[in-house]
This record gives sequence, structure tokens and C-alpha cells, in this order.
Amino acid sequence: MSDYEIPGALRFTKEDEWVREDGDAVVVGVTDFAQSQLGDIVFVELPAVGATTEAGVPFGTIESVKAVSDLFAPLAGEVLAVNDALTDKPELVNESCYDRGWLIRLRPSDPAQLAALLDAAAYRQSVAERDT
Amino acid sequence: MSALRRTPLYETHRRLGARLVPFAGYEMPIQYSSILEEHAAVRERAGLFDVSHMGQIHLSGPEAKAAADALVTCDLLDLAVGRARYGLMLNDAGGCIDDVIVTRLSEDELFFCVNAANVEKDRDWISARVPAGVRVEDRSDATALLALQGPASPRILARLLAEGATLPKRFRVARLALLGREALVSATGYTGAPGFEIFCADADAEKLFGALLELGASDGLQPAGLGARDTLRLEAAMPLYGHELDETTTPFEAGLERYVKDLARSFGGAAALRAKAGQPLARKLVGFELTERGIARADYEIVHAGEVVGRVTSAGPSPTLGKSIGLGYVPPALAGAGQTLAIRIRNKDIPARVVELPFLR
Repeated sequence: MSDYEIPGALRFTKEDEWVREDGDAVVVGVTDFAQSQLGDIVFVELPAVGATTEAGVPFGTIESVKAVSDLFAPLAGEVLAVNDALTDKPELVNESCYDRGWLIRLRPSDPAQLAALLDAAAYRQSVAERDT
Repeated sequence: MSALRRTPLYETHRRLGARLVPFAGYEMPIQYSSILEEHAAVRERAGLFDVSHMGQIHLSGPEAKAAADALVTCDLLDLAVGRARYGLMLNDAGGCIDDVIVTRLSEDELFFCVNAANVEKDRDWISARVPAGVRVEDRSDATALLALQGPASPRILARLLAEGATLPKRFRVARLALLGREALVSATGYTGAPGFEIFCADADAEKLFGALLELGASDGLQPAGLGARDTLRLEAAMPLYGHELDETTTPFEAGLERYVKDLARSFGGAAALRAKAGQPLARKLVGFELTERGIARADYEIVHAGEVVGRVTSAGPSPTLGKSIGLGYVPPALAGAGQTLAIRIRNKDIPARVVELPFLR
């Protein structure tokens, strides 16, 4: 099995997004496993600031050279900011998925949903089951 | 579903860390490091592909050339020994059964290099049509095929040649000794870059692939997968069977009339093409580029004035041009270069413009 970076302080979804708490907001991105599976990212489509998200419902699209994938919202909330740098440099998702390749910043409408997300150990398990 | 087949290079791909995916019944490498990196390697330096899944059907006997000529759209009667030519096999309606490269190996032997997904269909179709004296032999399983593509290909392959041996020129072939084993080197490819396709025995493939990677390392040669092969052939606007071509598509619709010989000649599909000649086309293949942000993909709808007028057959990002490009069928009235169209991407119509093909010159 390949060694994917899974930072211990983050929360995760089974759809390979990560969530980082930041004050009363959260930052959302895709995991190292996700960017590795997708390959070269060439296009990211994100919602407008002010849009609302629903947990488990697509909020955007990420495209590699070969494939189009939905981005699933980990939490319900309001979009406070989107990473505009990805417009010109979608490859930041490959190069720095946990930092400069972040996707959106959300204000959760139900902070209790955060506790339902996977912790690093549970996510590592989820990756191990799928990584062949 | 039956088990996936493997080429003789399967273990090599694993060792090189390739991502393997099912393709035409085979487990094939889609990428080793990155599609973009492999694409750039072929455009700027060289890439080495395993395309052993492709089929080779040999025709031999004194009547082989005439028999082969009756099967394809391209003229084989004037195909000299040691030369290769692209052509199409057509059904009685003029639709494409397959697109092939036919190589004349000797006075009385030729072979068809065919698409992996069509090997059985082609073999049966050919066998049913050649006269009794012509022998048809499917050597697909015993033959490996390596494609060395990119501007550095000639100098890399030259390092394997014996003193005095020379590489073939474009669309010519040569039997050459590589690592002491005979291989057929054909100056053909599916990337729009200069390069060679090397047919060898299955047993010789691993050693040859390894030797080429080693000898080409100083020139920046990289193994390249089917992902890059697809982005490369799209930039070159080379059709992919099952996308631009199928049994309902004629060579005229696909813009391949230059590969069709005199319609007065007798060949599969000729009567249907004669009937269609001079008639308006039902649809025409065009190349387009998006003029706003987005990426078109195969099967997306092509829209004009709010109406769906066609469908994308192949599309994606062009790494070399830095644009989003694609191929698709539209009514002939909308097929002129400069025509404005739109591609429906997730319910949004993204503007596109018809461009001259190939995308990359």
C-alpha cells in the first residue's frame, strides 16, 4: 500500500475530503489519497461565496486529465470563501492538498455534524480498504 | 465478466509503479507518473508505450495483396514491400468496421494492425471474405508491440542498431536485429510525434522495453501510458475507434476521404460510398476549442442556438496547447472553421469555436 499523508488533526469524509476547524468556520479540501487517485488536476469548479452546502451533496466539481468527479460537502453550511488561486493553478490540489490547494471555507449551520466525520484512524482504514 | 488479459509487459508495468486499468479486455497502464508529464515527454523528448493489446492479422499467399486490397479503403495494389498505409474496413453500408494500418512484409505477405477491441470481429470478417488460397493468421497473442514516440526516438532507437543498419522513414518498415532478436520496426504511431512502433515476439518484449528505457534515460525517455496516448492522439486529431468511428459512421463523415481510393474500384463498402458520393452528408466530424473556462468530455452535447445539434466523441484538456479541445459530429452547415457552437457541460452551455484539424500542427 502506498503511504498517503493523513494529518491527525483533521476530520475526513468517506468521499475523501478533509475538514479543518478554524475558529467558528471550517476549511475543506481533498485528501492526499484523493489527489493521488485523480492524477493531474486540470480544472476545479467551486460555488459562489454565499452559497449554501448540504452534507453529502455535491458543491463543486474537480477534473483530472481523464475524469470528472463531484466534490461532496462534508457539512451543511454557508460558503464564506473559495480558493480563487485554483482558477489559474488547479495543480495546487496535487502539489499541496492540505494547504495551498484548499477548496472552500464554510460556516457550518450545524456544528454537531463535525463530530460525525471520520477521524484520521477511521479514514486511514477507509483508504486501506480501497487502495489496491 | 471474464478475467482481464495481460500483456508480456505486465510485470514491468507493476515494477514501474503504473496505475493499471481495464482497457479492451486487457489490464493496461493508464499512467506511470503523471499523464501531463508523460504527454510532455513525448512532445519534447520521447515516451515508451506498451500497446501489445493491439492485434495483428496476417494475410499470405500469392493472392494476398489483391485480397487485402478488396478489404480496405486505401489502395494496396501500389503498396511496395516495406511500406505501411492507413485505411478503413467498411461494412456494406459504408460504416467503419475498424481502422487499420496495413503493412506489406513481402511479395505475398501483408498484415493488418487492428484495434484490440476488434481483433475477433476483424479476423472473422476478413476470413469470411478472402479467397480460398489466402491464408489468414491472427498473431495478436504471440506479438508484442512497443511504441517509441517523440522527437528523440530516432537517436534512442539507433543505439540498439547493428553497425550499418538504418531506421525506416515515415510509413516504412524494416526488419532489424534488436538485442540479437528480430523485430519489425515501423515508422508509425498514434501520437502525432515522430517515432516508431516495434513489433516483437512476446518473449522479447520485456528485455527490449527495459533496454530502451535504459538507453533513452539520458534523452529524457519515460514510460508512458494510455492516458497520455489519448491526449496525444486527440491533439493530432487521430480518430479512436468507438469514439469518432463506428459501424454507423462513413469515412466521409469522419473526414477521412483522403484514405479512400477510387470508388470505381471494388472493395468492401465501395457500393455504399458510391451511392453516397455527391450527396449531402448527414453529419460531419469537427474539431472545436472552448472559448471560455471548462473542459469538454466525450458524450457531452453540442449546442447551437439553444438546440442540441450533435455530440462530442472525444475531448479533454490539450496539455500542449493549454486549451480545452474536442472532436464531435455536427450538421455540415455548422462544420466550417470559425463556426460558433457551445458544449453543454453540467447544464451550462460553454461557448466553443470550430477549428481546423489537427489541433497541433
